[in-house]
Formats: sequence, structure tokens, C-alpha cells
Amino acid sequence: MEEKIKAKVMDARKIKRAMERMSTEILERNRELKNLVIVGIRTRGIYLGKRIAQLIAQAEKVKIPVGVLDITLYRDDFLELEAQHMVQKTEIDFSIDNKDVLLVDDVLFTGRTIRAAMDSLFDLGRARTIQLLVLIDRGHRELPIRADYVGKFLPTSKRERVQVHLEEVDGVDEVLITEPTEIE
Amino acid sequence: MIFNHKHLLGINQLTPEEIMTILDTAESFLEVSRREIKKVPTLRGRTIVNLFFEPSTRTRSSFELAAKRLSADILNFNLLASSVVKGESLKDTILNLEAMNIDALIVRHSASGAPHFISSFCKSHVINAGDGTHEHPTQALLDAFTLRQEKKHFSGLKIVIVGDLLHSRVARSNIILLRKLGAKVVGCGPPSLVPPEFKSLGMEINYNLDEAVERADAIMMLRLQLERQKKNFFPSLREYITHFSLTPQRFKRAKKEAIIMHPGPINRCVELSADLADSVHSVILKQVENGVAVRMAILYLLLGGKDRDATD
Repeated sequence: MEEKIKAKVMDARKIKRAMERMSTEILERNRELKNLVIVGIRTRGIYLGKRIAQLIAQAEKVKIPVGVLDITLYRDDFLELEAQHMVQKTEIDFSIDNKDVLLVDDVLFTGRTIRAAMDSLFDLGRARTIQLLVLIDRGHRELPIRADYVGKFLPTSKRERVQVHLEEVDGVDEVLITEPTEIE
Repeated sequence: MIFNHKHLLGINQLTPEEIMTILDTAESFLEVSRREIKKVPTLRGRTIVNLFFEPSTRTRSSFELAAKRLSADILNFNLLASSVVKGESLKDTILNLEAMNIDALIVRHSASGAPHFISSFCKSHVINAGDGTHEHPTQALLDAFTLRQEKKHFSGLKIVIVGDLLHSRVARSNIILLRKLGAKVVGCGPPSLVPPEFKSLGMEINYNLDEAVERADAIMMLRLQLERQKKNFFPSLREYITHFSLTPQRFKRAKKEAIIMHPGPINRCVELSADLADSVHSVILKQVENGVAVRMAILYLLLGGKDRDATD
């Protein structure tokens, strides 16, 4: 199916501003920075997580460890998927026991990815707290989940798609709203 | 996604890309197996039957752990306590198990082609865990996974397979797989156990072990199937050991960083000397660890997702 671009809602400058604001909010809320660890959800959550770690390092000279979480094995729609998703590695080479875990993803939508990510984290250890950071909150939640840090609230219709593109993966920083075009 | 099979019957059916998909997927499951909580909920609610008509320790327990770590339920079919001893046919046994709504059958059988036969009439996924002297695909895949871990690539590697190739399903699956991935395979053993027909699989044969291991990257020792040696394939065990046992002296002819593999169970001091089996060059126990990860990958790729229109 073809996708038609309806709007570009964020560019590189706006994404940078949002990330800076969120890193400040994180610093305000987490007095014990040494206890903070970042876990990015594949794929784009990893790079957003790394950017936050970098911003915190610049501001406070503290190195926050960043891990990578693949949630494929924890999906609740696993047995209904038409084709298997390629599983990729979870790479968290630090213990999350008693840590304040900052979970990072690009878009918060139904909340099911976050549910899967939390289940996965529970199997990896007992975090003291889990906080959630997302670049875009597009609404339409199906589970009682909300984010602690939000780059931008973006009301959308269910038909639309929100595409976050990041320099590290896509060569450009931008957030687009697209819609599938009907083919007659 | 480039894996669209319903059954895993042999390496023969797989393309090089599909083999790589299995190995890549297994990487993720190796990480799961090393966690404190070695379990993911992925195949919750699926029922898998271990149907072993031949004895096995490694393969059966490896599949059992793989299924359990994916949260599937696994039934271990106990042959001696089953109706097979009352004369129930293979087909009836399968049909009855299927009537209990199972999702997959892991089959080991002494008859070559038994899993193929089962797949011809049953609705479940069939995984070949070794059939007669034909194939043992999961063993070859875990060997390939171990080789890739150690050597990073396959093309141009020299792999020597030593021992009873004639009766070995492990050897057959490995030769097919390694040739598909571009490695050079050399077979070695007494001519009665390494017949020239094996060349048709694309391998070389050298009946002199000293020459065969020269500059090798990996040496796979096969188990001498003592239970099958009643037909006098070689004059005596001592003569076999003299010519075809891997000793530290012989091993020196291989590359410095060469590895020693063995599918188990080992006959210590027959296929290889005890010091070699326990040396840093031996990856025999890594093969066992990797076996669980590779089998998790196979169960995941076959049973995951909706029932698809498979190509077989």
C-alpha cells in the first residue's frame, strides 16, 4: 500500500528542543542520577535513549548506561501475526535490580509495546522504578499506560501513521504523519 | 522474513539465506538461555511432542529445554511404556497423538525417511531429530552456529570430518550444509566407512588422517557407532585407533587456531585423545549450549505466527 505524507510535524530542530527539555525533566525528577539506567526499545528507542544519555553526560558529567530491548518474544499478538517478526538481541549488559529504569520508545500508541517491554524487564530483574519516555504520544491507548516524559502530544486518527525518522537509522531527523492511499 | 517452511525435515530443503536466518535468530535465544530467568512467553499454549524411537540424551533434553524456555508445553513420549510395544503402527501412533490437538512433533526414528512419511499425512509441524542414516538437521545447524561463533564466516574454511561417515546422519547433514555455505569439506576414515560415493555431495576424501588435517580450520570427529560395527567394517578397534584417532601430534598439523568438534556422545580415547577433548581447542560443550539456542530458533520460526501457507 502507498503512503501519502500528510504533514511534517517535527524537524531536526524541534526534535532536539524536545529531547533537551525532556533530559532536563529527567534531571529534575531523578536526584540519584547514579541509580538511573536507560533501556531503549528497538529500533528507534535505542538512538533516542543514547541521545538522552549524551545530553545528561553533557549537563552533569555522569555516564548513564544504555541497554537495548527487543520485545518480539513478549508480544501479545504473537500467535496472530501473519509472518514471524525477526527476533533480535536484547543487549542489557548491566543489572537492573534496584535501578531506576528509563524506558525509551519513539511513539506511544496502544500501549501494548510498553506492556511487553515491562514484562520483559520483569524477567531481567526487579527495577526500583520504571519511567517511560516517548518522543510522540499519539493517543488511542488500549491499556492503562501513560508516559512520564513526552516530546510531543500528537492527536491522530487511527487510520493515520506516525513515522519517526532518526539520523542514525534513516539519515534524517523528522516526524511525519502519513496515511495509506486507497488504490482503486 | 525469509523462512516459510512448515516442517524441518532436512538441510537439503533449506537455502543458504534460510540457514543464516536460523543462525541469526539463535543468537537472540542464546542471550535468553544465559539470563537468570531463562524463559520467554512466546509459544505459550502450544503443545510439542518429543517422539523418540531411538535413545538420545542431548537432542531430546535439548529440545525439551528449548520448548520449555519458549513456554510451550512438551510431552515426552516414552517408547517402552507406549502402545508401540503392543504393535501399534507408526501411523496410528501419530494419528492418536494428533487427536489430542498437538502442534508439533519432534521425531527421531531408526528408519531413514520416517519424518518425511509422518509429514505426508499429519497436520502438525514435523521436526526431524535424526532419521536412520539420512539427516540430523538440527545438529548440523548447531555445528554451523558454533563454527560461525569461532570463525565468523564459512567460505573458504577447511573442515575435516573424520570417522564413520557411512552410518552418520550428522555427517550427511553437515556436508550438505557446509557445502551450501561455501566451506571446503574433507572426509576421512577407513574406505569401508567413507565410500567414494560421498564425493557426489561435493566433498573431497583423503584416507590418510595426517594429510587430511593439514591446515584445517575445524575437525569434526564423528562417534564410532560401536553398536553398528558387527559387520566388520575394519579389522580391529586398535587398528582403527592407530589410523583414525585424533592425537595431539596429529592435531599440530591443523591451523594454530583450529577447533575440535564432536556431536557426542564421545568414546574417549577412540575418536580423540582425552587431553584433546578437554583442551582449549575443543568446542564440544559449546556445541551443547548452542544446541538449545538453535532449537529454540527452529521452534520459534516454525511455530511462531499464524498458520501460514508454507512452501512445503
